[in-house]
Amino acid sequence: MSTPQLQLTGVGRQVRLPDGRLLPILTDVDLTVQAGEHVSIVGRSGSGKSTLLNVLGLLDNPTAGEYLLEGEPTGRIRGRRRARLRGECFGFVFQQFNLLPRRTAAENVAAPLLYARGRDFLTRGRTAREVLDRVGLADRADQVPERLSGGEQQRVAIARALVRRPRVVLADEPTGALDVETGRAVMTMLAEATAERGAALVTITHDLSVAALADRQLRLDGGRLTPMTVAETRAATS
Amino acid sequence: MIGVLGVLAEAWGEVRVHKARVVLSLVGVFLAVFAMTAVTGLGQILAQVQQEQAERYGGRAATVSVSGYDPQTGLPPDAAAWTAATEELLDRYGVTEYATVRSSSALLRMPGGTQELPTTEVSPSYGELHRIEPIAGRWLRQGDLQSLAPALVVNEYVLAQLGGGTFTGPRSVVLGGPRPVTATIVGVVQDDGPYPLVYRAASSGLSPGNDPAAPSSSYGVGPTQLELWVPAGQVNDVIAAVTSDLALVLPGLQVDAYRLDSPGLADSLDSLRLAVRGAGAVVLLLGGLGVFNVGMMAVRQRVREIGIRRSFGATSGRVFSAIMLESVVATVLAGVAAVALAVVVVANLPIEQWFNNGVPIADEPGFPVQAAVEGLVAAAGVGALAGLLPAVLAVRVKVIDAIRF
Repeated sequence: MSTPQLQLTGVGRQVRLPDGRLLPILTDVDLTVQAGEHVSIVGRSGSGKSTLLNVLGLLDNPTAGEYLLEGEPTGRIRGRRRARLRGECFGFVFQQFNLLPRRTAAENVAAPLLYARGRDFLTRGRTAREVLDRVGLADRADQVPERLSGGEQQRVAIARALVRRPRVVLADEPTGALDVETGRAVMTMLAEATAERGAALVTITHDLSVAALADRQLRLDGGRLTPMTVAETRAATS
Repeated sequence: MIGVLGVLAEAWGEVRVHKARVVLSLVGVFLAVFAMTAVTGLGQILAQVQQEQAERYGGRAATVSVSGYDPQTGLPPDAAAWTAATEELLDRYGVTEYATVRSSSALLRMPGGTQELPTTEVSPSYGELHRIEPIAGRWLRQGDLQSLAPALVVNEYVLAQLGGGTFTGPRSVVLGGPRPVTATIVGVVQDDGPYPLVYRAASSGLSPGNDPAAPSSSYGVGPTQLELWVPAGQVNDVIAAVTSDLALVLPGLQVDAYRLDSPGLADSLDSLRLAVRGAGAVVLLLGGLGVFNVGMMAVRQRVREIGIRRSFGATSGRVFSAIMLESVVATVLAGVAAVALAVVVVANLPIEQWFNNGVPIADEPGFPVQAAVEGLVAAAGVGALAGLLPAVLAVRVKVIDAIRF
């Protein structure tokens, strides 16, 4: 059995409230994601989905449990190396696209390569256009986000998440700001593009139809992660 | 290397994208660097003008004037004995930069009649020592000392008395006296006022009997003075040595030696430069405050963007450097533009007309490189200072909050 790409064991995350009390956001989360696997996590607003994604993406630290990234405990990884690892291992797709304003689509896609090294940095402009071509936006490469539709913006965001060839793509409500049809098209494209690159995809969504595209569906409720029931899965995929 | 290139590329990208904000924030820095550089450059040129004006009268720093007279009669020493004694003195101490000066008078035949004019008989090196720059023609030179036609340099006032016109080449004039001779005006200097000024080569190729002199001078004919150009730190030693040596060689002669140029000039010019730079620094500080304000505002507005960049793998150091460098890149660009404008403006100002009565500046300093370099360094420094706090603020942005911002 190969080393899992991501492995959470008994992970918890608490935040301290202004009155001093501790509020649990995640409790005793166990999660294993294999390389190239597509996992979706479904949950209502406030269930801790984004916090889980932040922990997975090394943007946040768990307050309990252990998180292994490719077998390496992440608790010991700090500072510069943590930032490097985040840039090299993960690609993020956000609900609100989070494109850099007033930069063209190509500049947005090339932005993560500013933090890459060697050839990747030097050829960032060309690479960005190639990835944009892959998501069908070659003709929109010189447009600023303000001139792109929601679907196009999310495709730019997906291209940006893929440009450094990440081993894991973390998508936080990737279709949340799109209509149903566009959302489905974008999600299909995201799943295909990550699969093509052999990257794992963890999608957080409250949309069961989006979750159904994954190999495995999980539910996050009250900070606890559980597999979706057979009935729920069947309902989602039907 | 790639890291540095990355930071530069990022900073340049930010400056390019936020052109309007950057330009607005830089107006203050641009004006401040322009003012500081232009004023510093101009100040140095003016200091040069002031120095040259002072040196026209008192000689370069440090000029020691040496003269002698008989305390009983008040008469100058015998010319041959004085010349021999001073030449021996110059030879003994290895003094190579010096000039001889003697006040006398000459009769000049003017269109309106012969006039006796005060004359200064000088060696050609006097021009170098006093930075005399003719506005037309040339200054006296070594060959003039053997010329059969005594060489003269006159001011515009004398030229006008002689009939005026444009001085296009050497002009003849008759020096009167019992045996008149034709002299040659080789150059014209600027007027200092409405009075005649005639410089005459200290000697000519004429035999002493044929050299015309005013028969009965109404102007004081002084002794021949020696002017020595010596290092400022050696002035007192030179004065002591010259006074004692000449007194020994020419017994009974009262020798006067004193510093001719203004010793306080360097200090006053330094004070002027300091005041100019001080004013420039204050203006620059105010400009920097503008950049700082806009930088702080910009960071607050870019919290989300900073968070997104952190998700790409930007380290704290990288975020800090990028924000800091963005400020530095912008201010340096403003500095380059300001320095360029300052150079163009200062180079095209009619400084000679405004400050030097139209007299060409002998050692025109050009635009001081130091002022340009200082302007650029100051711009970069202000950029770094103004970018420091916004950069610290950017590093302290919490990534999770920033992405949700």
